[in-house]
Amino acid sequence: MPIDRDNRPLVRLIAVGRDFDVSRPWLNRVLEGAPRQLLRAVDGVSLEVQRGETLALVGESGCGKSTVARLIVGLYPASQGRIEFDGVDLASPGAFALRRRMQMIFQDPYASLNPRWRVRDIVAEPIRVLKLMASEREVAARVAELLQQVGLVADDGEKYPHEFSGGQRQRISIARALSGNPEFLVCDEPTSALDVSVQAQILNLMTDLQQRLGLTYLFISHNLAVVSHIADRVGVMYLGRLVETAAADDLFARPRHPYTRMLLDAIPDLEMTGKPRTPVAGEVPNPLDPPAGCAFHPRCPHANERCRSERPQAIASGSALVACHAVTEGRLQD
Amino acid sequence: MSAPLLEVRDLRVEFPTRRGTLVAVDGASLAIAPGEVLGVVGESGAGKSITGMAIIGLIEPPGRIAAGEIRFEGERIDRLPYEQMRRIRGRRIGAIFQDPLTSLNPLFTVGEQLTETILAHLEVTPAAARARALALLAEVGIPAPEGRIDHYPHQFSGGMRQRVVIALALAAEPRLIIADEPTTALDVSIQAQIIALLKRLARDHGTAVMLITHDMGVIAETADRVAVMYAGRIAEVGPVREVIHAPRHPYTTGLMGSIPKVAAPHGAPGAASAGRKRVPLAQIEGAMPRLNAIPQGCAFNPRCPRRFDRCLTERPELVAVGTNHVACWLYADRPR
Amino acid sequence: MAVAPGWWRRAWDHDLAWSFRRSPVTIVATLLTLACFGGAAFAPWLAPHNPFDLATLNLGDAFAPPAWIEGGQPRFVLGTDDQGRDVLSTIMHGARISLGVGLAAVAFSALLGVSLGLLCGYVGGRLDAFVMRVADIQLSFPAILIALLVDGVARVALPRETHDSIAIPVLIFSIGISGWVQYARTVRGSTLVEKNREYVQAARVIGRGPVAIMVHHVLPNVMGPVLVIGTIHIGTAIITEATLSFLGVGLPPTQPSLGTLIRVGNDFLFSGEWWITVFPGLALIVLVLSVNLLGDWLRDALNPKLR
Repeated sequence: MPIDRDNRPLVRLIAVGRDFDVSRPWLNRVLEGAPRQLLRAVDGVSLEVQRGETLALVGESGCGKSTVARLIVGLYPASQGRIEFDGVDLASPGAFALRRRMQMIFQDPYASLNPRWRVRDIVAEPIRVLKLMASEREVAARVAELLQQVGLVADDGEKYPHEFSGGQRQRISIARALSGNPEFLVCDEPTSALDVSVQAQILNLMTDLQQRLGLTYLFISHNLAVVSHIADRVGVMYLGRLVETAAADDLFARPRHPYTRMLLDAIPDLEMTGKPRTPVAGEVPNPLDPPAGCAFHPRCPHANERCRSERPQAIASGSALVACHAVTEGRLQD
Repeated sequence: MSAPLLEVRDLRVEFPTRRGTLVAVDGASLAIAPGEVLGVVGESGAGKSITGMAIIGLIEPPGRIAAGEIRFEGERIDRLPYEQMRRIRGRRIGAIFQDPLTSLNPLFTVGEQLTETILAHLEVTPAAARARALALLAEVGIPAPEGRIDHYPHQFSGGMRQRVVIALALAAEPRLIIADEPTTALDVSIQAQIIALLKRLARDHGTAVMLITHDMGVIAETADRVAVMYAGRIAEVGPVREVIHAPRHPYTTGLMGSIPKVAAPHGAPGAASAGRKRVPLAQIEGAMPRLNAIPQGCAFNPRCPRRFDRCLTERPELVAVGTNHVACWLYADRPR
Repeated sequence: MAVAPGWWRRAWDHDLAWSFRRSPVTIVATLLTLACFGGAAFAPWLAPHNPFDLATLNLGDAFAPPAWIEGGQPRFVLGTDDQGRDVLSTIMHGARISLGVGLAAVAFSALLGVSLGLLCGYVGGRLDAFVMRVADIQLSFPAILIALLVDGVARVALPRETHDSIAIPVLIFSIGISGWVQYARTVRGSTLVEKNREYVQAARVIGRGPVAIMVHHVLPNVMGPVLVIGTIHIGTAIITEATLSFLGVGLPPTQPSLGTLIRVGNDFLFSGEWWITVFPGLALIVLVLSVNLLGDWLRDALNPKLR
C-alpha cells in the first residue's frame, strides 16, 4: 500500500454537528402555535481518516452515520464544527477543487444509477463534468478500462442499468466513483442491499481496488461482521454521537463502551458456540428528545447519576477513544 | 421423526410472463415436524418466499402452483378454495412478514385487531378475547400492555410492531407459523430480541416455525434444521449444525465461505495484533440465473467449481449424505 | 445501417409496443388519429376544393346536400354551406387550424408547467410555495373561464384592427395558460421523489450544478406522466378551442376552425341544412375521441401497477 510521507490525516472532522429542521410547515406552525423543531442528527463528531486506511462507522439506523458521510462529500453543509480535507477547510471558498478528490458509493444499486442513461454515460459523467479528458475517444477508452477494472466487460457500456443485477450495478457505481481518479471514497452501506455471495464479490473488489489504487475509504455499515472484515479502524455511533473509536482488531477483541459491547453481543453467532446472544433491553430513544447526559444511559446497565446529567467526552483509553464515564472512572472491567 | 406437520412434495410454482414462464419454485420438497423450527435460506430469487406464500395459499395470480402437493396435518391444502384456505390461515397456520406495517391495519387499534382475530377463530366471549389479547401482548414482551392495547400501530416502534405481529400470528394458537424475513427490517439489537422471542414461543407453545431468511446468522441461532435453496430448488437440507459446519453442496460451501466473520471473537485475549492481513472472502463467481433461463442439469453448474459432465445434462435429486440430504452429483455413487 | 435492426428489434420488443399490439381499440384509435392528423396537415393538397379561394366559389352551389341525398352533387361529397364552400374541404382546413391551435397550446402548457414543476420540486422553499398557491387559485376557476378571461383582456388591450391577425396566438396563449397547472403539479410531485434518489445525489457529489441535474437527470425520469397528460390534453385543448370559437370569441369566420364551422352551421340546423354543422361536429368527436383513447392506453401501458 503506498503510504504518503505526509502524516497529516486526509480527512478530519472537528466537532461537526448537523441539525435538520423537522418543523411542521410554516402555516401549520402559525395556526397551531407549534414551535420550530430541530433534529440533531450529528452531534459533536470529531474524527480523522488517515491516508490509505479504511475507517468504518457503525451504528443502528438513525445514529447519524449516513449523515456524516453526506456531510463529508458536501451533500449537506455542517451546522457546527468544520471538516478539513488534506488540511483545507471544506467550507472555505477555494475548497471546491478538493471535492473532485472524493467520491461516494451509495447503498441502493437500484436507485443510484439514472435509469434513462446508458452505462457508458453514467461512468463517463465525472470525466466529462470535471473535464478530465479532451476527446471522446479518450473518454470511451477510459470507460472501457474502468468497466474491466470492476469486473465487467467493455460492451456493457452500451446497456442500460435495468439490464444488470444488483451486484453488477454496484460495480457500475464503483466504476463511476473511480472515473474521476479520487483518493477518497465514501461508501454508504455499499453491500447491505446485496446477497451475501454478491457482497463477498464486492468486498473483495473494494479491497483489491484499495490496494491497487491506494484509496482511502470511509465505510458506513450497520453490519459488524462486514466491518470487521474490511476496516482498519472503527468508529461506533449512537444517537448522533461518536461513542468509541478504536483499531478494528482492538475494538472486536476488547470493546470498551457499553454500547459497543452490546452491539458485539448482538451479532448472530454463526460459529454456534452455544453462547447465548444477550438480547439487550430497550430501544433507541427518540432523537427529537435525546436523553440528558450520556445518550446511552437509559439502556446502560452501568449508568449512574453522573451519566444521567453530564455528557461524557471522548477520552483515550489505551489506543481507543471512548466517551463513557464508567470507562474513565474505571467502574467497568474488561 | 414423528409424522410431519407439514409436507411439501415436488412443489412447482410458475409465473407466466410475456418473456417466458418464470419457474420460481422447481420441484421443492420439504417437511416440518411438530414443534420444529425449519430454516429456509437462499439469496434473492431462490424461491424461498414463494415457497412460503404457496404454503399459506397467497400466490398472486397469474402465478400458480403448477405441480406438486402440500399436506398440512395429513390434509391436502394446495387445492383448497379460497374461503377454506382463509380459515386455515390464521387459525392453524400463522404468518409473520418482513414489514410489520403491511401486516397491521393502520385504522384499527392493536387491541381491536387482536380481539377480532381471536373472535374469528376461537369460540370465546369478547371480554375473554380482550383478556387473551392482553396476555398475548404481555407474552411477546410489550411493557405495560394495559396502556398499549388501545394504541394504533403507528404509535409503536419497529421492534414493538413486529412483536404485535407475532402476537397476532399467535392469537389463534396455530400449529405452524410461516415467518418470512421477520427480522430483516430491524436493527441488530432488536433482531436479537425478536429471535429470542420467536424461539421461546415456539418452544413454549409447541408451534412449528418455517423461518425464511437470507441471514445465515439468524438461522444458526434459531433453527433446528435448515434447507438451502438455489434457483427454485433445494440444494441441501440437514440439521443446522451440520449444514453450517460441514456443508456438502458446493453452493452451500460457497455461501458459508462468503459470509464475513467477526475476526477476533469478542473476549479472546491478546487477539489485538498490530499487522492486519486481510484474507479475501471465498467468493462464488457469477450470479444467480434468471428464472426464465435456468441452466440444464444442475442449476448451479455454471458457477460450480467442481462441476463435471453429468452436471451439465442431468438434474440431481436430493440424496442422503450423512445427516444431510444433498442434490449434487458429487455424492451420487455414495451408498445411501 | 448496421444498428437499424437492433434498434427496431428493441422498439418492437419494448413493453409499450407489446401492449400496443395487444389492444385492438388502440390500434384503431391510432389509425383514426393518423387519418385526422394526415387529413388536416395536408389539407391544402388533399382537400377537393380550396374553400378560401373566393375565385372558385359559386353562390349557386350553396346549400347543396351531401352527395348521397336527393339533389346532392358528386363533387361535394358532404354538401356545401351557405356560401357554396365544400363542407369536406372546410372540415379538413378547419381541423388543420383546430389541431394546430390544440398542439401549440399543449406545447405551451407543457413547457410552462414542466419548467415550473421541475423548478418548484427541485428548489422548493418560497418559490415552490408561491407557484403552488397560484396554481391552487387558478384551479378554482374552470379552464374555459380563464381562457375567456385572457382572451377578453387581450381583445380590450390590443387595437381592434389587429384582432383577426393575432387571433391564433391569443387563442394558443389563453388555452395554454389555463392548462399548465396539471403538468406543474405532476412534475413537481415526481421531482420531489426523484431528487432524493441516490443517482441525483451522486450527480451532486460529482459536482454538477442544479440546472444540469434538473435537465439531464431529473427531467428524463419525470417525462412519462407528462406524455400521458399531454396526449389527453390535446383532446381537451381542441374542445376548449372549439368552445371558444363556438361562443364567438375564438377564431373569426375568415379562419374557421371546427368550432367556428359548428357555430356558423348551427344557424342552418333548423332550416334543414343539417350537414353544415353535423359533419364538422362528427369530425370533432372522432378526432378528440381517438386522441383520448390513445391517451388512456398510454396511461395504462406506462402504469406498472396495471400491467
